[in-house]
Amino acid sequence: MALRLPRAGTPQILAFLAILAVNWVVSPQFFDTRFQDGRLFGSLVDVFNRGAPVALLSIGMALVIATRGIDLSVGAVMAICGAVAASLADSHPLPVALGAALGAGLLCGLWNGLLVAVLGIQPIVATLILMVAGRGIAQLITEGRIVTFSDPGLAWFGGGSVLGVPAAVAVVFGMLLLTVALVRGTALGLMIEATGGNARASALAGVGTRAMTLAVYIWCGLCASLAGIVAAADIRGADANNAGLWLELDAVLAVVIGGASLFGGRFSLGLAVLGALIIQAMNTGILLSGFPPEFNLIVKAVVVLAVLLVQSPALVGILPSRQWGRSWRRR
Amino acid sequence: MPTTLPERPLLEVRGLTKSFAGLRALDGVDFTLRAGEIHALLGENGAGKSTLIKVVTGVLSRDAGTVALDGRAIAPRTAGQAAEAGIATVYQEVNLLPNLSVAQNLFLGREPTRFGIVRGGAMRRRAREILKDFGLAIDVAAPLGEYSVAVQHIIAIARAVDLSARVLILDEPTASLDAHEVEVLFAVMRRLASRGIGIVFVTHFLDQVYTICDRITVLRNGRLVGERETASLPRLDLVTMMLGRELSEATHERSHAALDGGSAAYASFTGFGKAAYVAPFDLALHRGEVVGLAGLLGSGRTETARLLFGAERADHGSASVNGRPVRLGSPRDAIRLGFGYCPEERKTDGIVAELTVRENIVLALQARRGFLRPLSRRRQDEIAGRFIRLLDIRPADPERPIGLLSGGNQQKALLARWLATEPELLILDEPTRGIDVGAHAEIIRLIRQLCADGLALLVVSSELDEIVAYADRVVVLRDRAHVATLEGEAVSETAILSAIAATDAVAGRHAA
Repeated sequence: MALRLPRAGTPQILAFLAILAVNWVVSPQFFDTRFQDGRLFGSLVDVFNRGAPVALLSIGMALVIATRGIDLSVGAVMAICGAVAASLADSHPLPVALGAALGAGLLCGLWNGLLVAVLGIQPIVATLILMVAGRGIAQLITEGRIVTFSDPGLAWFGGGSVLGVPAAVAVVFGMLLLTVALVRGTALGLMIEATGGNARASALAGVGTRAMTLAVYIWCGLCASLAGIVAAADIRGADANNAGLWLELDAVLAVVIGGASLFGGRFSLGLAVLGALIIQAMNTGILLSGFPPEFNLIVKAVVVLAVLLVQSPALVGILPSRQWGRSWRRR
Repeated sequence: MPTTLPERPLLEVRGLTKSFAGLRALDGVDFTLRAGEIHALLGENGAGKSTLIKVVTGVLSRDAGTVALDGRAIAPRTAGQAAEAGIATVYQEVNLLPNLSVAQNLFLGREPTRFGIVRGGAMRRRAREILKDFGLAIDVAAPLGEYSVAVQHIIAIARAVDLSARVLILDEPTASLDAHEVEVLFAVMRRLASRGIGIVFVTHFLDQVYTICDRITVLRNGRLVGERETASLPRLDLVTMMLGRELSEATHERSHAALDGGSAAYASFTGFGKAAYVAPFDLALHRGEVVGLAGLLGSGRTETARLLFGAERADHGSASVNGRPVRLGSPRDAIRLGFGYCPEERKTDGIVAELTVRENIVLALQARRGFLRPLSRRRQDEIAGRFIRLLDIRPADPERPIGLLSGGNQQKALLARWLATEPELLILDEPTRGIDVGAHAEIIRLIRQLCADGLALLVVSSELDEIVAYADRVVVLRDRAHVATLEGEAVSETAILSAIAATDAVAGRHAA
């Protein structure tokens, strides 16, 4: 099981297509797409557009999970960065607001990375700190209010477009390309996978496992800040209480649906983003079907269960052809 | 030490047999423990010591044989039942809770209560009394974690013995203790033995065996080799029992002459060591020379290798490469200097199981180049392909996850990982461990060839005949110290065995 190649990605693509087909059945106009004011509109476009924040988070989360870690603070970091961007948007030029928001994300990532890589705190505990504190920090920045802004520059990330593609989708695409170029164009990807696969052995082979761990948390913070900017631009304001709420769980789920194991090792950024789209397609489908949105959570839970069952060592043990996956996975 | 031996042994194990997946881990082993004695249980890796202890204490079930305590047959199913019957075990890693107080640890699960409420005062008073018996006057309200490992060990023993133990099994209690702490522990052991408790002492330190043990039982490959009185067993005989070699055995034919010692050393280490790890040693390594590290398990062979590679940071001494002083703070430092290290534990320290053979082979080279200078896929394929052919790694599929390969092929891939970095010094820790006979010979052939190519080689091995076959020089270790160096004609199994067995008085330079 653990040695399957996530790059193949066939099950994820089939799952995505199946969900789209179901959406089309419950809502026949699902695939209707129109071009208006220089931008594409329609339910399918919505899946990509609404899915953008989780897709951004899943890019960073995929790297973190590849090192055998997890970052629970990304939702809170979204809130911080959204608050920073929204509070500065009307009073400062756009580059300053964006730079400050991205800088805040990098700082948050650095904090997490230091706790995990240098102090050796378990990732789930280390990032829990910022998950709790982050929302408080965001509320301090917004002084407890919902900060709205009218700067069209920042708002572009919510309503603008690039060649007809919604700006948020373009940001996801750009970030995905940049990250893939960074990790697969250099040897970072191999070293991250080696660190997650066996940190002791990698360190003995000369891999800077600590630097790798630090780097992935910083990049995860950057992805979260982009997600925060997109989410704030979408509502033209920053809501410290609700921005990015629970999205860390969707991001983890997206990465797991993308075929990565929480035990670290192999990762695929493309499939993690596809995982985020699968989640959003389900959300959209349930909204379109007219079911109460509460079903959303239950359906999501069923998907989580299905994914975990497929990865469960006990279940893998029952299938004889995959037994080898267990023996060395034990340790 | 008991002056009169009781008629009936305290613990009597007869014909104990245990198999794992068809492999005999214990084969009809007998073991007898008398009341009031300290009895060493000795053997190399895989001898069956741990299995014996686990079967006796009910952690593992047995296939055949009997265990009798005080003449009454017992068959505990869990460690808890064994403790109730009177057999207490303290493992090398203390299984207590460092965040709870000393007193809480002593009484965990059996706290004195009144109306369901723990009587903290009574518990602490009682804890102080118990520990006074062990010569410890410490604050029993302080968290256990604040005390040294030695004190934690004594508290673990106190807890075990206080559960009305008749038999106390100590599994390598001294492995992480310094000399003074060992003395404190020994005092406690003697005190307990004088109370009539039988103590089974598992250790790798022969000096300690001769200091404190009354009798010795040696196991090898799951079988009983013998039971002897310590006083009447010379060290050399003990080592021979453990390693299973007849001293009369013909010395292995050596295929090459010793180097002349005149050439300048490639790497030299002076007073190199780390407290409570390996005593400071001097070592010079020359190009084209194979240096063997011999010694019993736990004698400091692997520790020496890890120090030289920077995997463990030395706190004494200095290192130089080509005459220039160098810093060895991490494996990265060592790799930059041209060192390579194939660790003993392939699975945990060597391979990255889910990565492919190709990725595992290029990992060290890539790490040395840094992530900004990635090896192109073509270069990687070429390197992997070359070494797969050169070392005959099977199956010859560079894209197969390395975890699916056999042990011997994993070992060859790890060798390839270091050869790809074109090292100048290669440290091999048990390169033939767990490898079938065919691959075994091949790896030895490789070692010879590498050496002929001008590499400096340091090989750690438990296989004395192998060491004798390829080493130009053998450094012998005992109790975490380098005790002898054998060179040229002096290298023989007999000489190594005597160096391992020698007492401090005899130890020294064995240049014959």
